[in-house]
Amino acid sequence: MRQVVVRKGAYRDSVTLMQVTKELADRPDVAQALVAMATELNLDLLDQLGFARPDDVAPSDLLIAVDGDESAFETILDAVEASLDRRPTTMAGGPGDLPARSITAAARRADASLALVSTPGRVAAIDAADALANDLDVMIFSDNVGLAEETRLKDLAAARGRLVMGPDCGTAVIAGVGLGFANVVRPGPVGIVAASGTGAQQMLALLDGADVGVTYCLGVGGRDLSEQVSGRSTLAALDLLEADDSVDLIVLLSKTPAPASAERVSEHLWSLRTRVILGYLGPEQPDVTATAEAAVTAVGGHWLPPPRIGGTATRSRGYVRGLFVGGTLCEEARLIATAAGHRVASNIAKDAADRLDEHLTARGHTFIDFGDDQLTSGRPHPMIDPSLRLQRLIAELADRACGVVLLDVVLGHGAHPDPAADLVPVVRAAAKPLVVSLIGTRDDPQGSDDTARRLADAGAIVHRSNAAATREALDLAAKP
Amino acid sequence: MDPNPTVVTAGVGILSDALDNQGVPTVRVDWQPPVAGTEDAVQQVMLDPRRTDANQAALDAMLSAQASLVDVRPARDVLGLEPGQFLHAGPPITWDNASGPLKGALIGAVLFEGWADTPETAEAELARGSYIFEPCHHRGAVGPMAGVVSPSMWMFELDDATQGRRAWCSLNEGLGKVLRYGAYGAEVIERLHWMTDVLGPALQAATRATGPIDVKAIVAQMVQMGDEGHNRNRAGTLMLLKEWLPALVTAGLDGSDLADVVRFVSGNDHFFLNLVMPACKLVTAAGSGIAGSTVVTTMARNGTDFGLQVSGTGDEWFTGPAQLADGMYLGSFGPDDANPDIGDSAITETAGLGGFAMATAPAIVRFVGGTASDAIATTARMYDICVGENPAWAIPALEFRGTATGIDVTAVVRTGVLPQINTGMAGKVAGVGQVGAGLVTPPMDCFVGAITALAAAAPSIDEPVGRASGSPAASL
Repeated sequence: MRQVVVRKGAYRDSVTLMQVTKELADRPDVAQALVAMATELNLDLLDQLGFARPDDVAPSDLLIAVDGDESAFETILDAVEASLDRRPTTMAGGPGDLPARSITAAARRADASLALVSTPGRVAAIDAADALANDLDVMIFSDNVGLAEETRLKDLAAARGRLVMGPDCGTAVIAGVGLGFANVVRPGPVGIVAASGTGAQQMLALLDGADVGVTYCLGVGGRDLSEQVSGRSTLAALDLLEADDSVDLIVLLSKTPAPASAERVSEHLWSLRTRVILGYLGPEQPDVTATAEAAVTAVGGHWLPPPRIGGTATRSRGYVRGLFVGGTLCEEARLIATAAGHRVASNIAKDAADRLDEHLTARGHTFIDFGDDQLTSGRPHPMIDPSLRLQRLIAELADRACGVVLLDVVLGHGAHPDPAADLVPVVRAAAKPLVVSLIGTRDDPQGSDDTARRLADAGAIVHRSNAAATREALDLAAKP
Repeated sequence: MDPNPTVVTAGVGILSDALDNQGVPTVRVDWQPPVAGTEDAVQQVMLDPRRTDANQAALDAMLSAQASLVDVRPARDVLGLEPGQFLHAGPPITWDNASGPLKGALIGAVLFEGWADTPETAEAELARGSYIFEPCHHRGAVGPMAGVVSPSMWMFELDDATQGRRAWCSLNEGLGKVLRYGAYGAEVIERLHWMTDVLGPALQAATRATGPIDVKAIVAQMVQMGDEGHNRNRAGTLMLLKEWLPALVTAGLDGSDLADVVRFVSGNDHFFLNLVMPACKLVTAAGSGIAGSTVVTTMARNGTDFGLQVSGTGDEWFTGPAQLADGMYLGSFGPDDANPDIGDSAITETAGLGGFAMATAPAIVRFVGGTASDAIATTARMYDICVGENPAWAIPALEFRGTATGIDVTAVVRTGVLPQINTGMAGKVAGVGQVGAGLVTPPMDCFVGAITALAAAAPSIDEPVGRASGSPAASL
């Protein structure tokens, strides 16, 4: 098959064109080829090669003349286009060596597929949009991104077939690579879609404890299932996991979705062949540990209650003071306490009557999320810098109204390299029970077994299930 | 999802460290916040669903533009300039705010047209508002330095067959005491008359007899021969002369006129600048007027203000104070003698030449006060603020990479990297002429103004993304 394609006004220098012509002629499925500018000289050459001379061409037009296998013609033309559009590799001292000042610049320097954005929340949407414009999936670790901006980013992503994880996405795992605050897990049959960071980390840790592997954990941001965002990323993430044959079971974790979003998800599940377990954390819903148990059982694993180490503590007069770095862990604890008939004051309470004042003054059972947006504006996340929580811990231990302290300790990539180090002396000096929910895996850089032992040796009660830790803390607190 | 991702990281270093510790390849962004005060506007524009497609459409149009020299004619014929009307470089300006070189050039043009007998009367009439002057860009023309065009001056006429558009530029007068640097002495006026009486008609005859001359192709060649198309046009000038010569010789000119014409063109290394500029004007104009596009389509200075036009905001000018170039001075001139940045010649950078092709012109880097490696770094940095590359203009020193093309306002405001312009420096006193050459950047104010206007034109973030708003390249 002989064909001449004309690209109007597409100038290339003659050396480039000779290289492309040679590449083309070297192909087994090409008998003859000429890629050249449509000068009089080249048009004559075209005649000599026996190609039909195209009408109405100017010397500034590019000719692609190919005599090749008809069946492979599309492939051949694609290869020509690719060769013509090929950019030269950069040389030492060239552009590749300059620091990239934007995601676009960085994306041009490497064959990247994912961007991790943790710039200040006020401008993070700019960087995320920059990533999407370069066809990268993007994880937005930053919080304090507006709801309208989030929605728009997810629409831009959908238009380009990309996924936005976040904003305020703390955790993701992609084929064994942990992004943000992520625990080290082995690959396996479970894929997690999580609208909550520490909820996902608890799930990762519990599944790892039960020897069930996880290949993907895709965070979607805590507001993805709100009414406005309406599950845009959740549905996209479900589809991604559905398309991956290695995923046998999907676990979807979220705080209680907006009714319309829950409806949308439910409808979408009909289109999936992969089994899905819904873990919506809310009143009268299973806690994360119960969801983990269901997941382990569903993939044929062996479930044992997550371990507790540490001695028996005596009941202590006073209230439980829960000091959390993980938002979902705080929320789960609050739900468990409320379900058990306790009234809990918290900075993340929905009911204004139960909300703490701006100084976070304790009031009865009090659970504080130190990772909440209002406490992280302009400072690192407490999982990285736990000093604010540590100050509060010391204060609570001195407060006569506090009977029991409940703490989460979160391990994994991105977290503090040794969160136990600062806690051990404080725990050792504590005169009241201290219950820890330790969220981590054996392969985490900090080592969950080692961290658990050091905290228990100092006198803490250490649970691997946040739900179990919360229940024990409540049990230990006698009415003041 | 890519199971073996290379990850671009922007922000907290500890998160990149965690990826390094897992052996994941990363590219770290050397992140800094956008220019202070522009955050909301930049966000609004970055989230505009039209932006990426509109910028691609602008780039595609720019790369597809042609530029052929088709004629040489007087400004009164091609631009419809009437007696009493002038064009000048840069954004609009009043007489009172005009700089020394622009005032000098306007005085010279009044004298050249014979509308006044002395510089004093010319100046008085100009100050009185007797004449109308407006930017070259408003008529699809460009002018180097002061860029003053009067009805009798001859213009190169370039044609873009792809877009069906034409652009014009005056004929280059050479170096030294010349009108475009604000000189208006007798020798300047005499030369302008010779250009009108002899040079213009000769080049018209040669051009018409030769047929269209592909200026874009000559630019492609000159870029591979050490010309960056703004401060160095040596190879381009000789290639143009080569095209003209047969027709020029047979045009029936008087023998001494022919010798004068050839001597004038070949003796002025900048002669071809006045063809590169309208060629670049055709390139950038092709990308103009695309709703949602953040690509810069004009950079121009009048000696007082630097002006910017952007594809998505049409003809609106965004201005800021023109800067002083940093470079080398001729003879005993120094920084105190130099006028702020002037001329439409920054259209070359707007189209991907000049500072954007400096890596190809090591011969001039010392003239503008740099080193060969500075030139490569400067040019390389420009890729980071551009939408794409022009494969037609390939730089050998960068492994034949095409020049960076399509300055993106969002990239400039986000990274703080300003376009790099190679430029000549005019004396600030009218009549002095050229005092040096160097490097200059636009003031950031222009880009702040542009991003603010682009944000105002962008759909509200609260609006759902519909099919209509996502469709590319709706014209303004």
